[in-house]
Amino acid sequence: MKALIFALLAAFTVPALADRLPLPTDTPASYRNECGSCHLAYPPALLAAGDWKRLLARLSDHYGSDAAVDAAQQREIAAFLERHAGNPGPAGNPPRITRTARFVRKHDEIPARFWRDPRVRSPANCEACHTRAGEGRFSEHEIGIAELKE
Amino acid sequence: MKTLTALALLLVAAAGHAETPQAITRQYADAAPAGFVPAARRGEALFRQNFAINDKMPSCTACHTDHPKNPGRHAVTGKTIRPLAVVANGERFSDPAKVEKWFGRNCREVVGRACTPGEKADFVAYMNEVR
Ligand code: HEC
Ligand code: HEC
Ligand code: HEC
Repeated sequence: MKALIFALLAAFTVPALADRLPLPTDTPASYRNECGSCHLAYPPALLAAGDWKRLLARLSDHYGSDAAVDAAQQREIAAFLERHAGNPGPAGNPPRITRTARFVRKHDEIPARFWRDPRVRSPANCEACHTRAGEGRFSEHEIGIAELKE
Repeated sequence: MKTLTALALLLVAAAGHAETPQAITRQYADAAPAGFVPAARRGEALFRQNFAINDKMPSCTACHTDHPKNPGRHAVTGKTIRPLAVVANGERFSDPAKVEKWFGRNCREVVGRACTPGEKADFVAYMNEVR
């Protein structure tokens, strides 16, 4: 019974919280440090398990950068990402969150020039627009680019 | 009290191998050819040199800006990078493994080869002395 109530609650709360993607409480320090130094430590639900796996398999050639970690950290990060991976649609190869159907749908009203804006530089730079992305907050009310605020 | 001290010590140890920038400079200098003396002036020259090997990041300043006291910005991702200068960011050059990891990455990308122990000693000396 308790489980049922919980499941119902979860079903109702999840859609309302589509703009809240905090890092899970079991996020290992290795993920925050190693995967959060060059860009946001992305919420794991934004890629599918298979895409995280593909990405981790070639960290020494990571979008033109060297993101290699030691073997123990790699195992820890892989297990964590697999536990919390989502189902956002195909991501291409190499996999990009910014190419998934989920990302495209959430951003389809943004004029193309903003993706190249010097304040943004790359669609992968979530924090340029989502000023509180570091806390997992992606609400349309917390956008840092004035022209994009409604 | 004793247990508290022991616990504090344990926490310090668990947080990684903490060092001072001076000690890290000395460790690199010791690995350089005999008679090497670190010079912040040469470290600054390395920091500013335009290697022009990688057009997205021709120099260290491409991400760390013209002044190491300022917050930097990643040339590709746009992410803010905290300052490298020790006066502006006391956590810099305190974790030898972290320092070595980033020299490895950034030298290969920007300089096109590994930096020598002497170059690393000069660079750390500069970041520790720059005001
Ligand atoms: C040395 C810097 C560096 C480190 C460390 C790093 N990355 Fe990246 N990452 C990049 C760059 C550069 C890009 C390309 C960004 C762009 O095109 O704007 C990128 C892109 C990505 C993307 C695709 C973003 C998108 O949708 O376009 C994902 C996902 C990603 N990284 C995950 C990780 C994970 C997981 C780790 C830790 C194992 C990690 N990164 C560590 C530099 C790094
Ligand atoms: C150019 C600015 C910009 C960048 C860069 C950007 N976003 Fe957004 N994002 C927006 C705007 C504006 C909205 C609100 C769109 C709307 O609701 O009409 C939004 C909406 C969202 C939403 C939906 C929130 C909700 O209410 O359902 C999510 C999730 C999200 N973004 C995640 C990301 C992630 C993750 C990244 C980085 C990989 C990112 N965004 C990069 C501007 C941006
Ligand atoms: C592509 C962007 C980029 C370029 C170019 C770059 N760095 Fe970095 N560097 C980073 C990032 C990201 C970090 C880690 C972020 C952090 O710790 O805040 C970092 C950290 C470091 C550190 C670690 C310092 C510490 O104790 O925390 C050293 C050393 C370093 N860089 C040296 C260099 C040198 C030398 C060059 C030029 C040969 C260079 N960097 C060029 C992005 C860059």
